Amino acid sequence: MLSLQEVTVAFDGDPAVVDASLEVSDGSVLAVLGPSGCGKSTLLRAIAGLEPVQRGRIAWDGTDLAGTPTHKRGFALMFQDGQLFDHLTVARNVGYALHLQRGRRRDPDADRRVGELLDLVGLPSYGARLPGTLSGGERQRVALARSLAVEPRLLLLDEPLSALDAGLRERLAGDLRGILHAAGTTALLVTHDHDEAFAVADRLAVMREGRIVQQGEIADVWRAPVDAATALFLGYAAVLDGAAAGRLLSAAGLPAAPAVALRRSALAVAAEGQLRGRVISSRLTPEQVRLRVDVPGLGELDAVAALDAHPGPGEDVALRVDHTRLAAMPHP
Amino acid sequence: MTRRLLGLGALAVVPVVVFAAFFVVPVAGMVSLGFWPDGRFEPGEVVDVLLRGRTGRVLVFTLWTAAAGTAASVLLGLPAAYVLHRTTFPFRRFLRAALLVPFVLPTVVVGVAFRQLLGEGGPLGFLGLDGTPAAIVLGLVFFNVAVVIRVVGGAWESLDPRPGHAAATLGATPTQVFRTVTLPALRPAIVSAASVVFLFCATAFGIVLTLGGSRYATIETEIYLLTVQVFDLPAAAALSVLQLAVVVVLLLVAGRARATTPVSRRPAPPRRLGRADAVPVVATVLLLAYVAAPIAALVAGSLRVEGAWGLGNYAALSTTGDQQALQVTVTDALANSLRTAVDATWMALSTGLLVAVVVTRRSRSRTERRVRGVLDGLFMLPLGVSAVTLGFGFLVTLDQPPLDLRDSPLLVPIAQALVALPLVVRTLVPVLGGIDDRQRQAAASLGAGPLRTMTTVDLPVLWKPLLAAAGFAFAASLGEFGATSFLARDEFPTMPLVIYRLLGHPGDLNYGMALAASVVLAGATAIVMLLVERLRVTSVGAF
Repeated sequence: MLSLQEVTVAFDGDPAVVDASLEVSDGSVLAVLGPSGCGKSTLLRAIAGLEPVQRGRIAWDGTDLAGTPTHKRGFALMFQDGQLFDHLTVARNVGYALHLQRGRRRDPDADRRVGELLDLVGLPSYGARLPGTLSGGERQRVALARSLAVEPRLLLLDEPLSALDAGLRERLAGDLRGILHAAGTTALLVTHDHDEAFAVADRLAVMREGRIVQQGEIADVWRAPVDAATALFLGYAAVLDGAAAGRLLSAAGLPAAPAVALRRSALAVAAEGQLRGRVISSRLTPEQVRLRVDVPGLGELDAVAALDAHPGPGEDVALRVDHTRLAAMPHP
Repeated sequence: MTRRLLGLGALAVVPVVVFAAFFVVPVAGMVSLGFWPDGRFEPGEVVDVLLRGRTGRVLVFTLWTAAAGTAASVLLGLPAAYVLHRTTFPFRRFLRAALLVPFVLPTVVVGVAFRQLLGEGGPLGFLGLDGTPAAIVLGLVFFNVAVVIRVVGGAWESLDPRPGHAAATLGATPTQVFRTVTLPALRPAIVSAASVVFLFCATAFGIVLTLGGSRYATIETEIYLLTVQVFDLPAAAALSVLQLAVVVVLLLVAGRARATTPVSRRPAPPRRLGRADAVPVVATVLLLAYVAAPIAALVAGSLRVEGAWGLGNYAALSTTGDQQALQVTVTDALANSLRTAVDATWMALSTGLLVAVVVTRRSRSRTERRVRGVLDGLFMLPLGVSAVTLGFGFLVTLDQPPLDLRDSPLLVPIAQALVALPLVVRTLVPVLGGIDDRQRQAAASLGAGPLRTMTTVDLPVLWKPLLAAAGFAFAASLGEFGATSFLARDEFPTMPLVIYRLLGHPGDLNYGMALAASVVLAGATAIVMLLVERLRVTSVGAF
């Protein structure tokens, strides 16, 4: 189990990570989610031993890792791109660590393991290819196979899917989750994409400006973001506070709260809706019609409508509130 | 497509004509003197020379000293490249500049310095290396370790650190990371540096002349000997041809190595020096001592007058030496050197800029690319061709109209400009080539004409490298010896010639004056190079 206690990393006095505390239990996958520049990559590098830690403690199974150099920690690291050894074939890349330990003798065990891993990541006959001839997704799979070859205590992933296009990202995210669970690997994933985090991880830690602002099971964090900035980062479209929050929550049948975050699909056009509003603009998307609606007392909000109903600007519509797409927050 | 080729041709016209008139014609003239000794085509003499035993021995000596010099330069340069380009510590930039100075020091000066150090009375005289091939190799390494540091250091600086980090997390110790990840990634840069250094070592003149004595000769000094003392022009021409062949092969290898260097770079911040860096730091300190020792010996020698410390040698620089050793005072020679260097610099700079522009414009067809490649290689030739061949070629070909330059004061600057031309081109090409063409396209799409595009996109990036190239060319021409030794008129010698003349005349005062003049010349070139380094142009000296 990895545990961080109030870890602080600073560059020349500029704090990049401040008082970060988290735990990753064996076999689970934790995602650290945060916008670019929030210090999550620095945190990852500090855990790997590539950055010195100013204060705090990084421990594995209770043993402090302060004096342990990177190559002795047993934490494999995977980046978003650019980490394969261009001068070695795929098989030699994957088997890199195995050959390090056993010298350069041809080891049939190593070859077999390389074959197994390539099968695991879905690249069965790629052994003789060179990294330069592979696509982005294939390169990431090779990097994953290479990291798993050492049977690491912890797998660290730095935005592994960011360099891939959207469709490939979805597919590889699902594969990644499956592979990690099948191998039973403990993993810590760092990303700015909440879809990636939700697809791969079990637990979530949200990071902002060097601090960890919220952590817990993914569903819990998602359902109850701790403040407005976190909610907006997690994909909620808007945050209402004060009287507007109270009005919306009572329309949805929920108890009152200081603030509430809504997803874009929280308000839907329906004949039996409790709220009324006037459509300002509408836009067609493959899944539904997205609307901007002016609701008196609440302001301009997003809403959705089914593809066959197509309200135009200026129309009055009735809106139903979906309480599963709202999150009440303890403070704005 | 033809229009583009014509445009390419128009830009290239001036440099090509200059090159043809002042390089191809003299070299061809010198070579043809060997093949057509009395006006009749007689290759027999040339072939005879090439088959002589002495030629074979000279070739072998040239190649093995060059190989030894290259190997030693690479071995000494690698740790220094690491320390100076991948770590940070106080005075790092000053040290980097200091290690670039040896490259432009006049070869005569360095020869003298090493003789001071290794000769009988010198501090390292007990090693008995004076007059041995080892001394020559030591001198060659002195010059060329700077090239290795610049080329490999530059590549190392912008090497993607992530594969190395990934390897460390996979369990590779720092040594293993260096061996399995860093070295293979640096191999193109190392090969490129090694091929350029081999070229410089194989064509070195001043060092071999002063340190080899009469016993050891490379192809270059052999050509000098045959031309100036034995007057056997066919033999000299034969050797020139041989040297040209070797140089062309080496340039092809160097060009190939440069072309395969990966383009995508990712700068990584340099690290503070740590305990793990002990070995490279020690190696770098040893290198600094190696570079400083001859200079120190030189300065110390120049301050000794008749067995005591004093500035007498420097005072004597305003005289013509003992027993009328010189025709002009040393201070006059210094003025000549400076004037010549200024002329050589503007000539090299203007031609070099045109060449760099032509070579870096994006090609749209294979023919265009080939033409540009040929031009690029062509203008590197002066680096390798014997300066002696060039100098003598000038003398024999440029003595008739329309180019009767025998008595022109521009003769020496032109020769020096030709020698400095490749340096200018190799400083400007990486900078111009690194400008993203899309910036020019963006400017054009916003309505800027070609001239405006050039001032908006190219000029801001180019003015610093232009200054740096000018400084580099100035320093190189201050120290040029080979071609100048043929071409300078007796009444207007340059400093290296005066130093060589003083060394050749007996007498303690003359020797002391030679040392003092060497220190002054070395100081001048060092100051110029330190100023150039302040411009922080990474392509200076990175061939």
